[in-house]
Amino acid sequence: MKKFLIYVFLSVGALLFIVPFYWMVVTSLKPAVEAVKFPPTWIPMAPRPENYVDALKAAPFGRYFLNTLFIAIITTLGVIITSSLAAYAFARMQFKGRDVIFLLFLAMMMVPMPVYIIPGYLILASFGWIDTFYALIVPWIVNVFAIFLLRQHFRTIPKALYDAATIDGCSELGFLWRIAVPLSKPAVVTIAIFSLLASWNSFVWPLVMTNREEIRPVQVGLAYFIQEQSTNYTLLSAASTLVVLPVIILFFFFQRQIIESHMKSGIKE
Amino acid sequence: MKKRICISIKPFLYLLPAIIIVLVFRFFPILYVARVSLFKWGIGGAERFTGFGNYLKALSDPYFWQSLTNTLWYVVFVVPLSIFFSLFIALLLNSKIKRIGFFRTVYFLPVVTSIVAISMVWKWIYHPKIGLSNYILTFLHFPPQRWLSEWRGIFEIIIGRNLPDVLAGPSLALLSIIIMMVWKGIGYNMVIFLAGLQNIPRNYYEAAEVDGASGFSVFRHITWPLLSSTTFYVLIISTITSFQVFAPVWLMTGPPAGGPLGSTNVLVYHLYDAAFNFSSYGYASAISMILFLIVLTLTIVQRKVVERRVYYE
Repeated sequence: MKKFLIYVFLSVGALLFIVPFYWMVVTSLKPAVEAVKFPPTWIPMAPRPENYVDALKAAPFGRYFLNTLFIAIITTLGVIITSSLAAYAFARMQFKGRDVIFLLFLAMMMVPMPVYIIPGYLILASFGWIDTFYALIVPWIVNVFAIFLLRQHFRTIPKALYDAATIDGCSELGFLWRIAVPLSKPAVVTIAIFSLLASWNSFVWPLVMTNREEIRPVQVGLAYFIQEQSTNYTLLSAASTLVVLPVIILFFFFQRQIIESHMKSGIKE
Repeated sequence: MKKRICISIKPFLYLLPAIIIVLVFRFFPILYVARVSLFKWGIGGAERFTGFGNYLKALSDPYFWQSLTNTLWYVVFVVPLSIFFSLFIALLLNSKIKRIGFFRTVYFLPVVTSIVAISMVWKWIYHPKIGLSNYILTFLHFPPQRWLSEWRGIFEIIIGRNLPDVLAGPSLALLSIIIMMVWKGIGYNMVIFLAGLQNIPRNYYEAAEVDGASGFSVFRHITWPLLSSTTFYVLIISTITSFQVFAPVWLMTGPPAGGPLGSTNVLVYHLYDAAFNFSSYGYASAISMILFLIVLTLTIVQRKVVERRVYYE
């Protein structure tokens, strides 16, 4: 009986979580006339998949997708390279001021993102980087959380392994790339997924730093599309479904890692 | 001799890319925003030094107070609602049932979905004429609402007459955003609570069972106190995140955003508006600093409390 009640509660809750997604997909498949019917229909009477074609024609979404893919991949590679190097220095090297620098890095995680909007804009403007890919990539190719996570992993690698590798003629960099990084694969995967997701969903920063359509990433493209088409909810739903789909697919494959990466980083959108 | 130089310079080379980016894009901007906040700073750069002029301007700007009040209403509603629901769901999921994975996935889905798409769907759901929410309200024999275009305070709507501003509560428009953001954030807090619950040693519950303790008293005397450090963490993180709300206001309200009648104007929207619609970068920087100080205070409070431990086992 108690178990049954728990299932009832959980299922009602789950329904409330699914309905908005369901509503988006259903609206995206309705003809415009049916979408504005009241009371609304729960299942489209005459499904109209052409809405997707129309949405793709109405704005250069292909361009937006490619832009975001480019930004996401470069950023993620950048994060992995810079944080492996930095984490290695923090974890395995002895030098003056190491712990102070590390603490300063960690302190940067306490600054809320919106505080960076104005100074970030002014600094990028002085570089002449507003409206360029640099503005969307360079500030984000270092991630303090990634450094922190990798440092934890690198510290667990036994010293003996390092000695054995160097005796065999492996350089320090070689040890880092060929042994330390592959041994920390779970952390690297977490960081990569987290960084890809963050780039894909990134909205406020590119909204402020770019204007040109040619470099516009997908979320900003969708946001402007929504403003232009304000009431055309069938097209808006189709476009939104397309933008959300890659993340949902990624989420179903990498649920555990995605949920973990969110928990560890203490970041929620 | 040569080798010694090599040793001292090598860590620095490894750190170089990270240090450059952190200095230029994380550390320096904080000093810079503090500096800009002391100037009248327009589109062409610094115009003149005004000391704390921008801060005084904020204190006498009714829109600043409105945005601060709206932000506080937002925090006061989102944080407890989110904690209540996410803890409730986590407790249900923790009671040795099957299909945990399925439910966890469903509840977590909004967390990873982009705020842009989610805002679009909810704006559609909140449509004042043909939206799903009004359909459900009329179905349940409640009067339909204007949701995102309703500037009246929710307490005014509930008791059906005008109230002074302080008592009117957040506008229904702001509450609409609050409901959506609670929905979006529950999954995140839920997995934190789940992790916290799974850390409570089982033998406490076994002992309670032997003593014949009932469901609620087990929660009251075992789960709640042993979960207090998790709850406190969720409380602080949610509060910090809530103070930074911006995207849904830009995406769902207006034109002009922050409306109707400024009733969804929040701190970060106010600073965005000042900078990018009025080119008052100095003033916007002052508001950024105020936000920074609020969040910093919360973070320091958290550190202090965690150091003292919320619960002594």
